[in-house]
Amino acid sequence: MNGIAFDRANLLCGLVFIAFGAFFGIQSLGMEIGTALRMGPGYFPLVLSGVLVLVGLIIIVQATQVKGEPIGPIAWRGALFILPAPILFGLTIRPLGFVVALLITASVAAFASRRMKPHWALVLVLAITVFAVGVFSYGLGLPMRRFGPWLDFLGWNF
Amino acid sequence: MDLFSNLALGLGVATTWHNIGFCLIGVILGTLVGVLPGIGSTATIAMLLPLTFGIGDPVSSLIMMAGIYYGAQYGGSTTAILINMPGESSSAVTAIDGYQMARKGRAGVALATAAIGSFFAGTVATFLVAIFAPPLTGLALKFGPAEYFSLMVVGLVSSIALAHGSVVKAIGMVVLGLLFSLVGQDVVSGVPRFTLGIREFYDKLNFVAVAVGIFGIAEILRNLEDERTRDVLMKKVTGLMPTREDFKRMAAPIVRGTILGSLLGVLPGGGAILASFASYTVEKRISKHPEEFGKGAIEGVAAPESANNAGAQTSFIPLLTLGIPANPVMALMIGAMIIQGIVPGPNVATQQPELFWGIIASMWVGNLLLVILNLPLVGVWVKLLTVPYYVLFPIIIAFCAIGVYSVRTNPYDLYTVVFFGALGYLLVKLRCEPAPLLLGFVLGPLLEENLRRAMIIARGDATVFVTRPISATLLVIAALVLVAVLLPSIRRKREQVFVEET
Repeated sequence: MNGIAFDRANLLCGLVFIAFGAFFGIQSLGMEIGTALRMGPGYFPLVLSGVLVLVGLIIIVQATQVKGEPIGPIAWRGALFILPAPILFGLTIRPLGFVVALLITASVAAFASRRMKPHWALVLVLAITVFAVGVFSYGLGLPMRRFGPWLDFLGWNF
Repeated sequence: MDLFSNLALGLGVATTWHNIGFCLIGVILGTLVGVLPGIGSTATIAMLLPLTFGIGDPVSSLIMMAGIYYGAQYGGSTTAILINMPGESSSAVTAIDGYQMARKGRAGVALATAAIGSFFAGTVATFLVAIFAPPLTGLALKFGPAEYFSLMVVGLVSSIALAHGSVVKAIGMVVLGLLFSLVGQDVVSGVPRFTLGIREFYDKLNFVAVAVGIFGIAEILRNLEDERTRDVLMKKVTGLMPTREDFKRMAAPIVRGTILGSLLGVLPGGGAILASFASYTVEKRISKHPEEFGKGAIEGVAAPESANNAGAQTSFIPLLTLGIPANPVMALMIGAMIIQGIVPGPNVATQQPELFWGIIASMWVGNLLLVILNLPLVGVWVKLLTVPYYVLFPIIIAFCAIGVYSVRTNPYDLYTVVFFGALGYLLVKLRCEPAPLLLGFVLGPLLEENLRRAMIIARGDATVFVTRPISATLLVIAALVLVAVLLPSIRRKREQVFVEET
């Protein structure tokens, strides 16, 4: 890059901060800023966004000065399985209910590690579900339907 | 005397069977998760936090949270000693000599020393909290919005100073945390801010979801990067009882560690970490045989463990008196209190004495339970170390999902978890520490509210922050700390400290 060497981690970090600063800053501009005496809803976030962009710029400048350690390995497989798991729980908890949501979530998360064997995963997922339904649903009585409206046709009511 | 009648009131609350039971569950669960290598006490508490909401009674649930905290810390030390893998930086120092003791077959003694040191420190620190908290609440009642604002600035600045790595990045993390805390309806005008038009975010981002994401999920992803098998040194730990010689050698370091830890723990921004490191350095300096340090010196376990625990306890002082969290764990505590409908701050002591003194007394009960429980159960914890990670991930994820959802039964909170999990992992990869972000997230709304109020009271005159003496003093402290960490000479020293520590 034009003969300037950037430390990749720092460059990326600066860009992330600037991106967030820009996002919050632009949104703040759409709100009432107000005055220092009567601050509007946009005042405080606008100031903070400005600081964040500034910090991002400083980090990018620093990225040309120092050479840090490389970023290192990234847990792609882990991210691919761990991150969707809670989303699936959120999507299924209302229509399908606690039991099915839990089965899906635990099954997906079980494959985050390449060491997991499928039959062990099955045992583990069933154990987690039985335990969690027992403790949270029957024991603590959390207000969640065990089987959601989409499963009403099954007539399961326990 | 007031102190004793207050403590008696607290003990009365803390020692009902009901509350002892919750404290016990907390301590067991905390140790159980804390003992897992690579999962620090902040992550442990973030994951277990939702469990405490089901209890309903705020006193019991906060007592259980405190139990989880002590358990997690002790679990972390156990891991540090047995497999040289500290769950977090505050037990990193223990790993140095503790692991060497374990290699010499003295793992049992090391664990017992850690327990005894922690218990002594916990007892002393409980009294210190009981003595110093009430007068400080008196002072805090004189605080106006300007003082609160400046005090929070001090807290945020100290968290920057005590973060690992780059100061500039830590500043960025605090600011980012502050910005995220503003998502939701503005308290004054009712205007929705940064909600992306999603109604579910009008009521702010769920604090538990943010904490679970940024500490729990991110930490799991980090563990998945490199799936090594762990070497458990002992399959069985024997010989818990320290010898007479051991007792003689650990006594003074425990006392010194306790004093140092109690002092540093009050500092906002993460004093407990600093405390364990500082007390290790002190012991090494004044020891008659410094050459033994790093090779299994019992002082090297006794002092930092005591300091660590004392600091963990006294960090409740700013929380209980001012409502200001001294570290990410206290930030979680504040979050828990707010969810229970308690506004942390000076009014807690006067309006809810049972809660206030109950928590203080439960600190001591928690420490006692730890000693009673952990020494006989060491064998179980050792077994747990051999449970492979890949079995734990689905369990943790399932419990996190249930926990976060149960807080306000809002599916969007689960999407928040994932967003902050991914962001937390990305930022850790870019060498940014997550603790300042969480502190900023917790303090953000209070900071803005007090800033706006102070400006209105002062009729828009910004000098109010420097003309009111307490506020001015606090801002001077914040400025000095910030200048100090940016000075080249201190910066180098600070980097050295953190390099040695990790």
